[in-house]
Amino acid sequence: MRPEVRFYQKELETMPRDQIRELQLTKLKKLIAYVYERVPFYKERLDSVGMTPEKFKSLDDLKEIPYTTKEDIRDHYPFGLFAVPTGDLVRIHASSGTTGKPTVVGYTKGDLDTWSDLVARLAVAAGATEQDIAQICFGYGLFTGALGLHYGLEKIGATVIPASSGNTEKQLMLMQDLGTSLIVATPSYALYMSEVARDLGKTKDDFKIRLGLLGSEGCTPEMREKLEEAWGMFVTDNYGMSELFGPGVAGECVFRCGHHIAEDHYIPEVIDPKTGESLNEGEKGELVFTTLSKEAFPLLRYRTRDLSTLDYSPCACGRTMARMAKVNDRADNMLKIKGVNVFPSQIESVLLTIEQISPNYQIVLTSKNYMDQLEVRVEVIDSTLLERFAELEALQQNVRHKLHTVLGIDAKVTLLSPRSIERTAGKAKRIVDQRGKNTI
Amino acid sequence: MLVKQISVFVENAKGRLAEITGVLADSRVNIYALSIADTTQFGILRIIVEDPDAAQNALKEAGFTVSITDVLSLEIDDRPGGLARALKTLSENEIDVEYAYAYISHTIDKARVVVRVEDIAKASEILKAAGFSA
Repeated sequence: MRPEVRFYQKELETMPRDQIRELQLTKLKKLIAYVYERVPFYKERLDSVGMTPEKFKSLDDLKEIPYTTKEDIRDHYPFGLFAVPTGDLVRIHASSGTTGKPTVVGYTKGDLDTWSDLVARLAVAAGATEQDIAQICFGYGLFTGALGLHYGLEKIGATVIPASSGNTEKQLMLMQDLGTSLIVATPSYALYMSEVARDLGKTKDDFKIRLGLLGSEGCTPEMREKLEEAWGMFVTDNYGMSELFGPGVAGECVFRCGHHIAEDHYIPEVIDPKTGESLNEGEKGELVFTTLSKEAFPLLRYRTRDLSTLDYSPCACGRTMARMAKVNDRADNMLKIKGVNVFPSQIESVLLTIEQISPNYQIVLTSKNYMDQLEVRVEVIDSTLLERFAELEALQQNVRHKLHTVLGIDAKVTLLSPRSIERTAGKAKRIVDQRGKNTI
Repeated sequence: MLVKQISVFVENAKGRLAEITGVLADSRVNIYALSIADTTQFGILRIIVEDPDAAQNALKEAGFTVSITDVLSLEIDDRPGGLARALKTLSENEIDVEYAYAYISHTIDKARVVVRVEDIAKASEILKAAGFSA
């Protein structure tokens, strides 16, 4: 089941630690001079702490530089933080702005080349080869996921089918007829496609899918297991965000013990999200990245809002690049319910261990008399429960009890028919927060 | 006599029952008996139909959670005390009725009920011995 260990750029990926640091310092010095000269925002920031390109001597000096935040990017919309004139750009992407304007990112020709190498690296680390037929079921467009994987997979010589998302029956037809061996999708869409396939009377043996490069939304180990079972494939996760090119910042190798960060292109740090203080290896905090190779839109100490830990110990695959723990907890995703911090991933982990319900669920938050109410909607798929009413009630109690054990708060559990929770081809709408929208 | 009962999970949402009966109508399945038990949130619809397998397939295809089980269909006298006498017989023999509901009957002076018990064979025997056509 586990693909063999492969490398795309073995020399770089297995570089000894001191060489990584040396390379990082060389690139970082160049970057500091580059942004000091080209981006007024960074010149101001560096001046404010008395840092100049001449004074920058060691990797530790990086800690003197103030963080860059999503708000900084928003304040300089659209091109204020770019280091090249728009004429030098060959591509623009944008991340979905749920509030207000999107975050616009740009790429030079050189950037696209670096980016596709980064994605090629993660694809090969995940087991992909030039023999693979890769179907990309991410929505194409401003979103970096689809084109990022597209270019990276083409770069390794795989055959790319730019199917985009949606039109599930056609996706399945292409998969079957063209012999797709690798799919790129969100975990929720991969799950939905397997449901549709089953409805059409197809099993995993009707397909040749062996690898799933799933991403763009969280995926708990329980969900991964369901997906591997449903498709008979080996699933890996990767990490990225449009501000940092897109996918390619980090990715799992076939041992799946964290995501290897492309440290020759990014310097990772972990900080306390409240105080901004640097944390040590192994301590959980907010991930911060400094880009070393981006030309159009470089970022110094960018706060990702993602919570993770770093691990510099050697990996069984031979890569020396630091590993970051899988991000299930995007700081932005944290819900505060009745004063308690709850991550949707905690709820998912509970639900996916319960056999009688489907892996699709929805979390609904409302407020009643100024008190938060948590409702978890699940779909009943076990028809043997229909024998006795009491068994359905017992299921409801069981879900409630398990959620309470993990979250420490009471949830209302609503049982629904299969397929009553909306399926999407992109990121699943797992959370509906209606608090503050209805009074009493 | 034994009949096949279809159970369907129904959440309390607008039009759910109409949807289910619509699926049965489209597959030309005739309903003989129907019972629905519910809480404020969800219910179980139980039906006796002409063609249980066709009904189950059609409902499954439409995405419903469906099960099929054997229940007892019992003929009783259509007069005061008819049902009471049958249930008393079961109770005296320590057979618990989990639920029961009325069934269409084409015989004048006779009524039919669907009775769900744990041990159908035993209940059936007892009722036959007491003169019921079960």
